Amino acid sequence: MITTTDAPPPTVDRWRPRRLRSGIDRAPRPNALYVLPAALFFGTFAVLPVIGVAVLSFTTWNGLGDPQPAGLANWQRLFTDDTVLAATGTTVLLTVLCWATQTPIALGLGVWAAGQQRNRAILSAVFFLPLLLSSAAIALLWKSILDPNFGVAAKLGGYIGFPDGNIIGHPRGALACIVLTVAWQFVPFHALLYQAGARNIPRVLYDAAVVDGVDRWEAFWHITLPQLRNTVITSSTLMIVGSLTYFETILLLTNGGPGDATHVLPFVMYVEGFRQYELSFAATIATVLVVFGTVLSLLIVRFSGFAKMRSTLEGL
Amino acid sequence: MAVLTSRGADGPDAPQRPGIRRRDPYDAPTRRRAVERPNYVSGVLTSVWLLIVAVPIVLMIFWSLERRSDYQKGPFSLPNSITVDNVREVWRFGFSTYMGNTAIVTAGSVALMLVLALPAAYGIVRSTSWFAGAAFRGFLIGLAIPAQATIIPVYWMMDQLGLFETLTAIILPTVAFQLPLVVLILSGALRDVSRELYEAMTVDGAGAFRIFWRLVLPMSRGSISTVCIFTGINAWNGFLFPLILTSEQGSRVVTLGLWNFQGQFAINIPGLMMAVLISTLPVFLLYLVARRWLVAGLAGVGGK
Repeated sequence: MITTTDAPPPTVDRWRPRRLRSGIDRAPRPNALYVLPAALFFGTFAVLPVIGVAVLSFTTWNGLGDPQPAGLANWQRLFTDDTVLAATGTTVLLTVLCWATQTPIALGLGVWAAGQQRNRAILSAVFFLPLLLSSAAIALLWKSILDPNFGVAAKLGGYIGFPDGNIIGHPRGALACIVLTVAWQFVPFHALLYQAGARNIPRVLYDAAVVDGVDRWEAFWHITLPQLRNTVITSSTLMIVGSLTYFETILLLTNGGPGDATHVLPFVMYVEGFRQYELSFAATIATVLVVFGTVLSLLIVRFSGFAKMRSTLEGL
Repeated sequence: MAVLTSRGADGPDAPQRPGIRRRDPYDAPTRRRAVERPNYVSGVLTSVWLLIVAVPIVLMIFWSLERRSDYQKGPFSLPNSITVDNVREVWRFGFSTYMGNTAIVTAGSVALMLVLALPAAYGIVRSTSWFAGAAFRGFLIGLAIPAQATIIPVYWMMDQLGLFETLTAIILPTVAFQLPLVVLILSGALRDVSRELYEAMTVDGAGAFRIFWRLVLPMSRGSISTVCIFTGINAWNGFLFPLILTSEQGSRVVTLGLWNFQGQFAINIPGLMMAVLISTLPVFLLYLVARRWLVAGLAGVGGK
């Protein structure tokens, strides 16, 4: 999915000699034992936990002793729990806001950084700096900057409607702080995706546009953007599924507050599981997250023509 | 704005080049004329984002070198004197233990990842067994699993295995959830090794393992460094698995150390900023010496 930029188009094989195309050479082949350790390891520590999440959601377990069967009790509670319902709304809102903020910035930066000039390379080195920091470091850095007493927010808050500088203590302000922090952290990664995508656009398209007398904006709108369609889909999918990782940022930046203004589902899951020790109810929320994440990425792939990967090269 | 104007020479007003080069549609100067004239809109927007990225980092460095009394005068006041007391304070808080634990987790994760993923990628690309194909499809589906949603069964599993409170407990799920992407990157790179080279190896009468050791590993050095860095940085910066799988000071890693520090000395921002800087230092040094591999590894795109 992400590695497609590296692989030659599969159609190339068609012109190879038959023996080599069908993968028949005389070199000895490795047996399945080469794959077995990785497959077993992945099955044990990644697939089994996913199944475990679903199983645990039908039990009752407080972390001590063994889980006991509990039927549908957790699921009944899930659909009537006010915290969960409110958190669902917040999660959707935050995901949409983060997507709408990051996509245009990352797209612009990526296309810009795809140029070959020296100064772009130097500036790109600065743009990618946030990639080096951990979520924890970034959240704590921004928490200091947004500190209502000594931080930058104390000085600048007045200009954007927060005279006391307490942006992070206001329900809407806290959400905005998270969106800003998340964008600061993840825009470089998505810009890299767009940079790789923009470098793969065939030059001949732009040359043809020059012949037609197209200006830069039209070239961007009618060539760059349609050519980057698959990158947009990849990046958006990663952003939406990745919105689950905002948990760390929220825990450190706002701790879910003020009140429950920044309670998102992964945060509620953590609180229920590891502060209230209602681990089976937390597993129920986790099940929703797994299903939600997987279904959403599948839907995006299905309805945006991601499967027709090669269609951007039509007519060349 | 020198950034934007310096390219003017290659713009539409530049002197025309000899005709024969201009007729080639793939000719680089032609392309530059088409789409890379100075673009002021994108230049301004890029500069704004540059400020948004750079200012917090510059502030962090300033604050980390300030005394607390200087810091409290205001966020933009330059430090009267530079102090390294903050380093001592961070170290006294036990950061050597945290850094050491993180180093062990990082090294362990990278080593385990290579041992598992390299043979797997080789098997997936070259094996004729049905199992290799099935495993590859399994890894592809596994890309969609959100690690965050599995913390409760992982916690239960590590508890049952008696690994709670150990660094091994952090390494195992960290590697497992990155395995699909790493296998995907490596097998993509291995597909580029030509069949002719495999054929050539048979002249020596090499077996499958010798081909793996003598041909596949040397040919995929580039992607091996990429996945090492990708795995290493994710392990170094990991937060969630350490959070739920360890609780004692002695087994905590550096990301949790930062959180603890902030919890105990909430108003000591200079100390906290120094702690953040120290926690990032190894990654930053790596960035200086191997930026290309690092960016490729972070993006997981294979270095385009």
